[in-house]
Amino acid sequence: MQRLTSKLKGNKLAQIILLVLYVLVTSLSLYLAQASVTAFLLLLVSLLLLYYTELPDRLKWVIAGVVLVGVIPFVASTGPSYQSYMEVATVVGIYVAMALGLNIVVGLAGLLDLGFVAFFAIGAYTYGIFATAQAANFMPFGVFPLSGDSFWIFILIGCFVAALFGVLLGIPVLRVKGDYLAIVTLGFGEIIRIVFNNLDKPVNITNGAMGLASVKPPEIFGFQFVYPNQFYFIVLAILLFVILAVRRFEFSKIGRSWKAVRENEIAAQSMGIHLVRTKLLAFAIGASFSGMMGVVFAAKQTFVDPTSFTLLESITILVMVILGGMGSVPGVILGAAVITILNLQVLTEVTNYLNQLSLNGVISFPEALSPAKMQRFIFGAILIIFAIYRPQGLIPAKNPVFDEESLKEGSENHRKKQIKVESDKGFQA
Amino acid sequence: MSILTVSNIKKQFGGLVAVNSVDMTVEKGSITAVIGPNGAGKTTFFNLITGVYQPDEGNVQLGSSSLVGLKPHEISRLGIARTFQNIRLFSNITVLENVMVGLHKQLKAGIVGTLFQTKKVREEELRAQEEAYHWLEYVGLAQHLNEEAQNLSYGAQRRLEIARALASKPRLLLLDEPAAGMNPRETRELTEFIHRMRDDLNVTIVLIEHDMKLVMEISEHIIVLDHGEKIAEGKPAEIRNNVKVIEAYLGKSAVTPA
Ligand SMILES: Nc1ncnc2c1ncn2[C@@H]1O[C@H](COP(=O)(O)OP(=O)(O)O)[C@@H](O)[C@H]1O
Ligand SMILES: [Mg+2]
Repeated sequence: MQRLTSKLKGNKLAQIILLVLYVLVTSLSLYLAQASVTAFLLLLVSLLLLYYTELPDRLKWVIAGVVLVGVIPFVASTGPSYQSYMEVATVVGIYVAMALGLNIVVGLAGLLDLGFVAFFAIGAYTYGIFATAQAANFMPFGVFPLSGDSFWIFILIGCFVAALFGVLLGIPVLRVKGDYLAIVTLGFGEIIRIVFNNLDKPVNITNGAMGLASVKPPEIFGFQFVYPNQFYFIVLAILLFVILAVRRFEFSKIGRSWKAVRENEIAAQSMGIHLVRTKLLAFAIGASFSGMMGVVFAAKQTFVDPTSFTLLESITILVMVILGGMGSVPGVILGAAVITILNLQVLTEVTNYLNQLSLNGVISFPEALSPAKMQRFIFGAILIIFAIYRPQGLIPAKNPVFDEESLKEGSENHRKKQIKVESDKGFQA
Repeated sequence: MSILTVSNIKKQFGGLVAVNSVDMTVEKGSITAVIGPNGAGKTTFFNLITGVYQPDEGNVQLGSSSLVGLKPHEISRLGIARTFQNIRLFSNITVLENVMVGLHKQLKAGIVGTLFQTKKVREEELRAQEEAYHWLEYVGLAQHLNEEAQNLSYGAQRRLEIARALASKPRLLLLDEPAAGMNPRETRELTEFIHRMRDDLNVTIVLIEHDMKLVMEISEHIIVLDHGEKIAEGKPAEIRNNVKVIEAYLGKSAVTPA
């Protein structure tokens, strides 16, 4: 094994060939052995392998694109479980975007937020209210529900409304730090849910606990998006934008300010960083990703009610970030995928299997112990294990590597400039 | 011409008066030392100037603008930079990035520019990297640019703090015990470095320091704090022979043997 890896290291051609082989084999087994969850999961693992190859970034993106846009939808499409696979993939995409949003707040800016699902709820309700007849209850003008064509604009609206709430929440909340911040955000998450639960009177805005049913599906040029395999592509497109945005922010002045605030608030301030503005920006941008996916979620489920936005959801997203690696974009993507698939596929599969055994009388397995019900226990265990043994997560965050040679040349100019600038610098006041 | 004028400044923590009615005038381009026994209120004095604490009484004036009521980041923008007694680096990011944060207040990149990676933003970022590298060269840490700040040696961390402060192009630089934990050779190098920095960069320096050799060698003006009060002020030669100062450092018995 060791010999194999050492041989592979540096040999890009062999890496490509192996990767293609792997994708081919897993695709083929998924294609032939219809309802094979294992084959589907193994196919997804190819993306992880791709991450670890030493190919140029551009090529990695192209390959990932081919696998996600072409291979996965195609090879899964023949079997009876097609829609359920695409559903899983879509939900994974939604959670990845949310986890990347929370990663900005927790991982980059170091602000522990336990109520993050609130922004997802805000996005979902923003679309839900206007894409059902609900809005007619309080809007003095306009015809509701709005058509599915409005969905595309609502992705943007959901983004901005969530960002706005991120700022509104941040203004009072950011006065407190550390543990207190966690408690206050937890409270905020619950407040939002309870407000949505009770905002059916005096004016019926959210339809309370009944929720909003028959949310209009997205529509473009008369084509309606109703099935998971269609939503899959919407989610993929948004996700692409989110990943691009996160990476750009992370290695910019903005991302560096977040990290500086995370590392040492007093030093950051004394270097001229506006503490409140920097934290608010993290809240707003993190929230905006969730808001967008909230809109998609409402459209995909065609139903929105407060039970989708409980504290457990916030905790789940946090577990994704911690498991994957705080501050690490690839890590968080992996963490979100692992947790979602664990939730949706593995736990239910194992439960089904155990039920089968009980039915056949092989073992008697009490209903109360079914893995599907042990979600919280499993998340708790993951958190503890990772906190103790691998606090940096599955794929630890990496710092950028700067090229010394090119910086050396550039710094020459500064040396020449510096003496001049400094000597004729007078009082600004 | 004076660059910084502190008048009658006072700070109380509960019943403890940490800084009591202290005055100080710093001449532009000078090196001033603030000395005194542990707990004398020196760091608190710096914190009052840089806005980490607000004074209970008194005024701090940089050039013609009063600093009282301003936040630390606003004061930084007016041209004061500092280092910390208990080193405060951004431990988990690279050495180069630490210095780049010092440059932040000159950078203009906003959300939209960053999102679209406009040419202007990319150029600005590149220039910032080069300038940060220049400051690393200046303090002799260039070869460590890609290391995490927390992995540097103690002395190197102190120099990195100075590089970060210099990157923010201060008019006034406050150094809180820059030689703490350094060996004699490092201290000697630091002494030279502080001199060089003042001459090259035209920056005014105020430093807190316990190493008397360094203080006497480097400073043009010294103020001495004890129990929050200013007990003496003057040129190194005057301070060296000041009875009150010797008393504060060595106890009364040192002056009037029993
Ligand atoms: N934030 C604070 N709260 C309470 N007491 C403080 C605080 N900061 C400093 N002090 C107290 O003020 C006094 C002066 O401290 P400091 O300025 O750190 O002294 P020095 O830097 O001269 O050693 C000490 O008695 C210290 O305990
Ligand atoms: Mg001190």
